[in-house]
Amino acid sequence: MNRILEKEHFSEKVVKLVVEAPMIARARKPGHFVIVIPNEKGERIPLTIADADINKGTITLVIQAIGPSTTEICAKQPGEYLHDVVGPLGRATDIRNYGTVVCCGGGVGVAPLLPILRAMKAAGNKVISILAARTKDLIILEEQVRESSDEVIIMTDDGSYGNKGLVTNGLEEVINREKVDLVCTIGPAIMMKFVSLLTARYDVPTICSLNTIMVDGTGMCGACRVTVGGKMRFVCVDGPEFDAHQVDFDEMLMRLRSY
Amino acid sequence: MDNSDTISPRDAAWREQLRKSHTAKERMAIPRVKMTELDPAYRVTCNDEVNQGLSEGQAILEATRCLDCPDPQCVTGCPVGINIPGFIKNIEREDFTEAAAVLKETSALPAVCGRVCPQERQCESKCIYNKTKRPPVAIGYLERFAADFAREAARNASSPLPSHDPMAAPTDFRSDADDSTLPARAAANGIKIAVVGSGPASLSFAGDMARKGYSVHVFEALHEIGGVLKYGIPEFRLPNEIVDAEIEQLRAAGVEFTVDCVIGKTLSYDDLLNQGFKGVFVASGAGLPRFMGIPGENYISVMSSNEYLTRVNLMGAGRPGWATPVIRGKKVAVIGGGNTAMDSCRTARRMGADEVYIVYRRSETEMPARVEEVRHAKEEGVKFLTLHNPIEYLADDNGRVRAMRLQQMELGEPDASGRRSPVPVEGAVTEVEVDEVIVSVGVSPNPLIPDSIDGLDVTRRGTLVVNDDTLQTTIPTIFAGGDIVRGGATVILAMGDGRRAAAAMDRKLSAKE
Repeated sequence: MNRILEKEHFSEKVVKLVVEAPMIARARKPGHFVIVIPNEKGERIPLTIADADINKGTITLVIQAIGPSTTEICAKQPGEYLHDVVGPLGRATDIRNYGTVVCCGGGVGVAPLLPILRAMKAAGNKVISILAARTKDLIILEEQVRESSDEVIIMTDDGSYGNKGLVTNGLEEVINREKVDLVCTIGPAIMMKFVSLLTARYDVPTICSLNTIMVDGTGMCGACRVTVGGKMRFVCVDGPEFDAHQVDFDEMLMRLRSY
Repeated sequence: MDNSDTISPRDAAWREQLRKSHTAKERMAIPRVKMTELDPAYRVTCNDEVNQGLSEGQAILEATRCLDCPDPQCVTGCPVGINIPGFIKNIEREDFTEAAAVLKETSALPAVCGRVCPQERQCESKCIYNKTKRPPVAIGYLERFAADFAREAARNASSPLPSHDPMAAPTDFRSDADDSTLPARAAANGIKIAVVGSGPASLSFAGDMARKGYSVHVFEALHEIGGVLKYGIPEFRLPNEIVDAEIEQLRAAGVEFTVDCVIGKTLSYDDLLNQGFKGVFVASGAGLPRFMGIPGENYISVMSSNEYLTRVNLMGAGRPGWATPVIRGKKVAVIGGGNTAMDSCRTARRMGADEVYIVYRRSETEMPARVEEVRHAKEEGVKFLTLHNPIEYLADDNGRVRAMRLQQMELGEPDASGRRSPVPVEGAVTEVEVDEVIVSVGVSPNPLIPDSIDGLDVTRRGTLVVNDDTLQTTIPTIFAGGDIVRGGATVILAMGDGRRAAAAMDRKLSAKE
């Protein structure tokens, strides 16, 4: 049982929770995720870790209410509990000084991207962050992203904030403007697919963090399998980050419609 | 057999007397007991345990069949060498508690093994009755009977019932002293031992070490204790309450459990050392499900048996009020011929599938599943497509599987495993309509531990390298057993590993070697 200490609404359907999980707070690194079971009869939901505080023994989760379980998590109040939180799971991001790193986050994908771009900045990279969402209200964590970015570009589908257009429009401009050594992208699978198609055209190395269906999250069930470079890989233990240019996004998008 | 160290030796006066009470001819005239089973038409509508167990009368009569051989071969067929005639003769003399105590001398989980061991390949295959073309003594049924009797007796003796509140103080649990079938416990020695995983290997290791006086802490990655006994083996074959009773007994013996803790992730091996653990037993079990690498295997509704069974058994999918979804196909194919395949096809029937196929590339003779599971599956209407191998899955426009293409096989020469290897019959390919496929062709060892501890050597197959006798890994403080070492074996072998590792670790830590 993990107690919820703080809650903040980023938008109607997007909630930030600060949750007691001292061992996970200590062990987690950028790129890791956790499995959350909301209540006794709940399902196991993979959620990426947005932040952690070792001293307070907390981790921060950002959740978008899209199904019954995520809606239930979002409805929880401070003082209430998540029945189970297990992690950190997956492999951590390979943080190095690459040179110029562009971090592309879509929707709630910005939350797990935050610790990665922070670490990239701390490792000496020039960090350009592109935050994309449908509309202004859905742009999250902008201030925190600015603190660790050399430049921030905002893209909204409807032009209500920043530039009107998709994340790929912003990214292409940057690539045409300067040398980019690495692109990190986290967001909806369809967004990551188009980021990957774009950067493949320009031959810019790209890592994506995949959000497949999982059950145990520890390498046991195979629900999260994806095809990467023609081989079967398991997102929970081999990922969640992969070379985006090798990922079969169409197959992954199909499998996301399983249930 | 030298059984001088057992609590019911063959030369005990009561046993000698018991042997004389019936002639061998009288004993051999008794027909083998028939297990009472739920009716197939009823049992596919629920999760109730199929085998109903023996009555006292049935058990005593079946125990009377056993000839109490001077050189009992059944014991050699048992992977952990249970004193089989010793416990059976106690049943015959109606001392069921003592029978359970004899079992507990050797087996940490007799109620489990009595249900899931492949007895027809182990103890029962060596029974002297086979030589006279008679069915062997029903050793598995009797083991289950004695273990169930002891559990019920302990439950009835304890009042109030054991608490299931994980936050409750250990004093709330039934004290160890209430269970007279447990071997005596040594004084606490204060040495902390960590156990990774909570399946059969871990539970037996934990039980032994606790009885030797160690302070044992079990770390489980999932949210439930029991490993494969919970997520894998279905309720209709092994009710969770049986497993929970074993776990309660361990708690009563002072074993501590932490769920939701992945060693190598949540806590590192160094964290364990820093917390003062002097030994670690790794039994993290089977991991990655194997797939066949054929076209269409990633279509929707094609999944591993691990995923299917975990959803249903561990996550409660299909039960009202439980959130985890599961695909409920009407025409389901299960690929494979092992126990997990049988569990999957029988689960599919219970989840409402009209037609369920077992697709197996060899013939029924080569099937690794327990004979009883195969029979139960057939009784429940599962169709067996033996000598067939899937070569491709076909999907509809949405990527949902709609059919499988099967290659017909025939048996050729024996392969390395001694089984005749299947070879394709050229041109004999059929297409069978299915809307769900469960792939049950084995697992690879879980990579989490080998990946996260430097200095642990692994084999080419990804299993941990251990000393064959002591089960010590290439890091002296770490021992290992079960599927992480064997790659995929049985509950009884895993349990035996736990016991051997406990003995070896005890010898090392108490500087006896």
